[in-house]
Amino acid sequence: MTGSRKLLIFGGIALAAFGMLYGLQYALFVEHQTLDHMGGSLAQSFSAAASRNLARSQASLEQYGKTKYDYVRQVDAHSHWIGLAMLMIVLGVIFERVNFSEGVRQMVAFSLLVGSALFPLAVILQTYHHGAVVLKAVAVVGSGLVIAALAATAWGFARPLK
Amino acid sequence: MPTIPRPMQDSASFAPVNSTRVFSLGFGPGVAPSFERMSARRLYIFGGIALIATGLLFGDIFAVFVLHQNAALQGEALIAASRAVAAGNAAAVNEVFAHLGNVLEDRGTKVDAHVHMIDTGYLALLLALVQPYVALSRQTKKSLAAWFISGGVLLPVGIFLIHYVGLTGSPFAAIGWASVLADSAGALLIVVLIVQAWGFWKFLRSRQLSEPELPAENSMPRRALLTGGTILVLLGFLHGAYYAGTLLYEHERMETVILQRMINAATTGNLDTATAEVNNFGNLAGARAVNIAAHSHIIEFGLLAMLLSFVQPFVFLSEKWKRRWVKLLLGGSVILPVFVLLELKLGLLAGGIADIGGLMVIVALLGMLVGILRYSGGLDASESDAAGGAR
Repeated sequence: MTGSRKLLIFGGIALAAFGMLYGLQYALFVEHQTLDHMGGSLAQSFSAAASRNLARSQASLEQYGKTKYDYVRQVDAHSHWIGLAMLMIVLGVIFERVNFSEGVRQMVAFSLLVGSALFPLAVILQTYHHGAVVLKAVAVVGSGLVIAALAATAWGFARPLK
Repeated sequence: MPTIPRPMQDSASFAPVNSTRVFSLGFGPGVAPSFERMSARRLYIFGGIALIATGLLFGDIFAVFVLHQNAALQGEALIAASRAVAAGNAAAVNEVFAHLGNVLEDRGTKVDAHVHMIDTGYLALLLALVQPYVALSRQTKKSLAAWFISGGVLLPVGIFLIHYVGLTGSPFAAIGWASVLADSAGALLIVVLIVQAWGFWKFLRSRQLSEPELPAENSMPRRALLTGGTILVLLGFLHGAYYAGTLLYEHERMETVILQRMINAATTGNLDTATAEVNNFGNLAGARAVNIAAHSHIIEFGLLAMLLSFVQPFVFLSEKWKRRWVKLLLGGSVILPVFVLLELKLGLLAGGIADIGGLMVIVALLGMLVGILRYSGGLDASESDAAGGAR
């Protein structure tokens, strides 16, 4: 088994396991409370408006927005980690068909691994620092690495074997 | 120098059953015996494709008969909530939101059932690929495959039933029997995966393949699925990056803005404006939903195409028919996400075309499934011949 394949398969398995464990702890300890909080905030906002308590209504609506911001990112990061890991494992099985030298293949595999780990991590960290530009930049770099690596892989598949 | 993996000679998968008949079907030595009747690999491939096809069919039925009707119910609930706010009736607001929660659960459990069935199918295909590297006995691998497919069926069934069963007859305060079924099925899948990982660990220590690897076929259908699948995944990534960069934050900001406007209008008794804001909210939710659905579906279809490229050697059809199914699958894989996106501009017409795209993928999967059945049928027949000869 070549180094690039090892990197993709073992890296993919590790990332999938991490993503699943993260999702499990989130589902067990955080998700239900978050969903209750999100639905409760929205209901509270309408309910307070019905009682003509507009300040409370607005505060509840803002709370709803913040909670949903966090929830969407937590779920997205978890599913992206696992999805990208599955892609890495599948590519690992057939990576010798990517018609580049092993050195280039290792670079592509490394980019895919780093990007797949970094991009969802930066998305999750945004839930602790809403709107942080540095974290947005890290997410962009991570997703850019994944896209570039996959474009190189597609090119490698399309190149005729000599 | 790395150790060259060698098949385990004591593996039952390598028993030279029906070799003459098998080779006459055009497969290389060592491939077909691992795909004999009821082998683990056959169960994973067959069960995986069946799960994916069923999950897609369920998704198509859901899109046609439930999705839009459910969105309309959500809109009606928000209008009722606005009226309750205008009337200053906080109790009615709470009742409306309890009903809204019910409507959202109806939609959410169906989406989850669809997603879980397809994802379990993907996992089954992935497990079929790695079976040579799982150093367990043939019988254990077969039992694990049967449990995995059973779990893959029961998990989405349990999720689907959550909305209908609720807490009926449940001894628990917040968990119903359908949730118990779904959780048990999920636990079964996890147990199977842990045992597979243990088998993989044993392989790493022995470096002996338990059955032959999939053949390195270089046919047009396989290349098309592999390259087409990679391009589909890439397109999905590019669309996701575009959506995150240009629309995601704006959509998130607009959601609270529209809700605020809705509440303000209801508080001042302006129900027409509140209703208009409910429509805006629905349009925004629609825009988010189609973008996310297009992004996830094109990537899932890409991954499916890549996984199916591995099982092409086991699709026992003529090259012409294999090419037809591949073209149909790739065509449907492009049509569905593209027309899901166009739903915002073309409305239900685009939705209908997207459903046809989904149907194309389902038909292609069923065609491949028939090819896999025919292959296994040949082996079953040859097994019977061998048994008859022995008598």
